[in-house]
Amino acid sequence: MSKPLLEIKDLKVYFPIRSKNLFGGVTKYVKAVDGVSFHIEKGETLGLVGESGSGKTTVGRSILRAIEPTEGQVTYNLDGDAVDLAKLSDKEMRGFRKYMQLIFQDPYSSLNPRMTVRDIIAEPLVAQNLAKGDEVDERVREAAAYCKLNLEYLRRFPHAFSGGQRQRIGIARALISRPEFIVCDESVSALDVSIQAEILNLLMDLQAEFGFSYLFIAHDLSVVAHISKRVAVMYLGQFVELAPTKDLFLSPKHPYTEALMSAIPEVNPDIEMAPVHLEGEIPSPINPPSGCRFHTRCPYTQDICKTKIPEWKEINPGHFAACHFVDTLHLKGVEMPNSEDAN
Amino acid sequence: MENIKEKTDDNLLEVKNLKISFKTDEGIITAVDGVNFTVKHGETLGIVGESGSGKSVSTWSIMRLLPKNSIIDKKSSIRFRKKDGKVVDITKLKARSKELRKIRGGEVALIFQEPMSSFSPVYTIGNQISEAVLQHRDVSKEEAQEIAIDMLDRVGIANPRQRFKQYPFELSGGMRQRAMIAVALSMNPALLIADEPTTSLDVTIQAQILELMNELQEELGMAIIFITHNLGVIAQVADKIEVMYLGKILERGTTKDIIQNPQHPYTQALLKAIPRLDHIGERLNAISGDIPSPLSRPTGCPFYTRCEKVIPGICDVKMPNPTKLSDTHTVYCFLYEEKNV
Repeated sequence: MSKPLLEIKDLKVYFPIRSKNLFGGVTKYVKAVDGVSFHIEKGETLGLVGESGSGKTTVGRSILRAIEPTEGQVTYNLDGDAVDLAKLSDKEMRGFRKYMQLIFQDPYSSLNPRMTVRDIIAEPLVAQNLAKGDEVDERVREAAAYCKLNLEYLRRFPHAFSGGQRQRIGIARALISRPEFIVCDESVSALDVSIQAEILNLLMDLQAEFGFSYLFIAHDLSVVAHISKRVAVMYLGQFVELAPTKDLFLSPKHPYTEALMSAIPEVNPDIEMAPVHLEGEIPSPINPPSGCRFHTRCPYTQDICKTKIPEWKEINPGHFAACHFVDTLHLKGVEMPNSEDAN
Repeated sequence: MENIKEKTDDNLLEVKNLKISFKTDEGIITAVDGVNFTVKHGETLGIVGESGSGKSVSTWSIMRLLPKNSIIDKKSSIRFRKKDGKVVDITKLKARSKELRKIRGGEVALIFQEPMSSFSPVYTIGNQISEAVLQHRDVSKEEAQEIAIDMLDRVGIANPRQRFKQYPFELSGGMRQRAMIAVALSMNPALLIADEPTTSLDVTIQAQILELMNELQEELGMAIIFITHNLGVIAQVADKIEVMYLGKILERGTTKDIIQNPQHPYTQALLKAIPRLDHIGERLNAISGDIPSPLSRPTGCPFYTRCEKVIPGICDVKMPNPTKLSDTHTVYCFLYEEKNV
């Protein structure tokens, strides 16, 4: 088996909180990401879900070194050579950035209103000196064509475009440097349903064409299920479960995953929602609960959960979960209705 | 024009021929164009539509909460049955009249999408709820405070007395949305307009809020107009649905009619465009093209520019008349009109 494109080991990102006195000493840390390990294969999409504040965006950004990781390894396999991105200097990292790109959530604020579409798409090439002169224009036209943008548009400014078109400009910008790995951070969340479908199809087409690997971050579980091969569930800076998409949705092994699944509103008035009740709110990542971090809200909690940190175990091939009662709990996944009404 | 014959006492709200335009520098934009709908006591009407469909504008007009450059057409009427049994046409009320102020909040309440920005950051939550109570009920300050605390308790906020004294920034998103619902319901309105109330919330919190609204509706018997673009949410909460596109209603029916037996090509396409868990990995059916700008609204059926079943020479000329498919199910599309002729 070939090596995975990316291997992340024990990634930690802590943000210091400075006290408000004169000296501004660091008093506490927000543990946004606290020990996360996973890998992404070449050409694979890994979905990442979790509530707001779970740290999913921070994971994506720290792999790209847009946020500095505090600890851990981010091993990138570039043609067989393993490079630990977390250890590269800023200058070395610069040379690496062309392999990794980010597609943002908000197509309105992620495009500079004073640049033409051509300049926006060309920026990665120019910034990294990857092409000069006519080649830049040629590659801009090529990227725009892949994203089904009318070449007439290249001279215009972003304000003239709708949300879906803007998002396609953002995607063209991401793929122009011919990356291998793309982080999609809520990239379709701000779009209307009919446009969202088109962008999801485009992302899947581009993957089939170029073999991109995606880290697909979103809070909409049906969207994640649709595009991902495997899905990871994050809670308070840690992974609680990671499994192939169907396994995760049909037979979740962690109570938090079960709760998430039960809260998806089903587009079928015959199926009544029965969401699992989670007590209270997501706790603060400054002082995460002891033991299993989910024990304060878990409906199945027992004494051991308060003291002992559950082990990250492989239950079935490729299906990982961190829960003390993985073997005894029978959790409910998504019900698959007969799809006869889905005309 | 559509004939609404069912003028029984059941109808809490009858919106007829609603047409709302905005004067802008680039010309007049018609956001809502000839919309009709009714809401009965205690029922939930869902309005589905993408951005620019006019779903918010048409419902905000029920409280006359539109910007100054808006024009409500003279032929439009919004007939609302007040608690005392009298029917008023809200479009004919004076902008700053006492009667309108009484309807806002007292009879019709509104909850918004953004729980972050819908509270004033400089007053406590309790202050903002009791202010609303004081406006509409003849009670003392202390009584208003008790009503507010009771309301916070009812929407499931723990430690209501402590929360009462807190500022909005001290509450999480889900809490704020609950507090927002508490404000809206503290006057016991007959109609609650919920404009994308769960869109910015996490799924777990969304499920809680939807459940809460359901419980409170059963308890208080109010009618709800629920606006959303999320078909999953609408399938779970609504009794009947109106599908809007670019200021026009394209299809209406019971929730089952619309979700399980959609007839308009737009509704069908919309349902096919959402990723569904029972169709993982299949290619989605995207609707080609973009939503046209309201400045260059297509003539005829607003959806014809993106419709797969467009009939050239007909769809782009005039808006189809309503075709009744059943007692509850109506569609505005030439595909069906022809069959009936």
